[in-house]
Amino acid sequence: MIGVGKIKQYSNVLDKPLSKGKQEVSLSAFAFLFSELVQYNQTQVDNIAELERRLEDAGYAVGARVLELLCHRDKGNRRETRLLGILSFVHSTVWKVLFGKVADSLEKGTEHEDEYMISEKELLVNRFISTPKDMGTFNCGAFVAGIVRGVLDSAGFPAVVTAHFVPMEGHQRPRTTILIKFAEEVLRREARVG
Amino acid sequence: MGSTACFIIVSRNDIPIYEAELGSALKKEESAHQHQFILHAALDVVQDLAWTTSALFLKAVDRFNDLVVSVYVTAGHTRLMLLHDSRNDDGIRSFFQEVHELYIKILLNPLYLPGSRITSSHFNTKVRALARKYL
Repeated sequence: MIGVGKIKQYSNVLDKPLSKGKQEVSLSAFAFLFSELVQYNQTQVDNIAELERRLEDAGYAVGARVLELLCHRDKGNRRETRLLGILSFVHSTVWKVLFGKVADSLEKGTEHEDEYMISEKELLVNRFISTPKDMGTFNCGAFVAGIVRGVLDSAGFPAVVTAHFVPMEGHQRPRTTILIKFAEEVLRREARVG
Repeated sequence: MGSTACFIIVSRNDIPIYEAELGSALKKEESAHQHQFILHAALDVVQDLAWTTSALFLKAVDRFNDLVVSVYVTAGHTRLMLLHDSRNDDGIRSFFQEVHELYIKILLNPLYLPGSRITSSHFNTKVRALARKYL
């Protein structure tokens, strides 16, 4: 046949070139996969805190890989060494690649020096999820909190990251806030370097 | 007479996850241990240096007799360290960049635990081929 190209067969994944990242996945496929992930973990645990921790751990694995991949692909091989640098990296680059848009807002906490918040009107992972009332404050955004923690931890900025629902006036559904609380050593190092 | 080169990959938690003697010189048992010792001693210097710059390639960070330690730090603070006696900066930089790509491909495997040893024999083959090409 004229014009049929021969597709190169790679024997090992190490020989294949890294993808350019232009691939898209259907939202429904992801929503199904995520709902299965949550349901599977629900059968394995007895309480909500454990469920949140498992979702966070799943996200942590994603975060560690996303950091390396994005730094190599999008950031032209430069590392982040400053706190604000890594936060804006998470807020724009990571969010853009994972969810197709930058996060709604990035704020610094007013009460404590080491707290920062990334807010989103509606997290992509929560879009097709409704939590029953008896689960209280459980938020599947714990998965996204895990991703952020994975990115920060791998970059050398250990932090405790949690996801919270924050009710907004004038809106029916609450907004989700990812709360990032950095460890002591991060602030000390920032003070030393900055 | 060949060149000596010892290459290790150290994870964020200071655990070596890959080691290889890449030199074309005759292998001597004592010098292999010495190479590893020199590389581990250089870790302290790398730790401080890594936070002062946002570049990945840190060039030569430490010296021992006529051997030089060059280091490349990835975004996830995985250190690629090379102990060598040549002065081929560009070749070493290209070598590090190619190994970095290989490392990312290994890392993307969801069944690979970040920070654990790299056991893939194909990875080993490719690193040695790259060493012959660039070093």
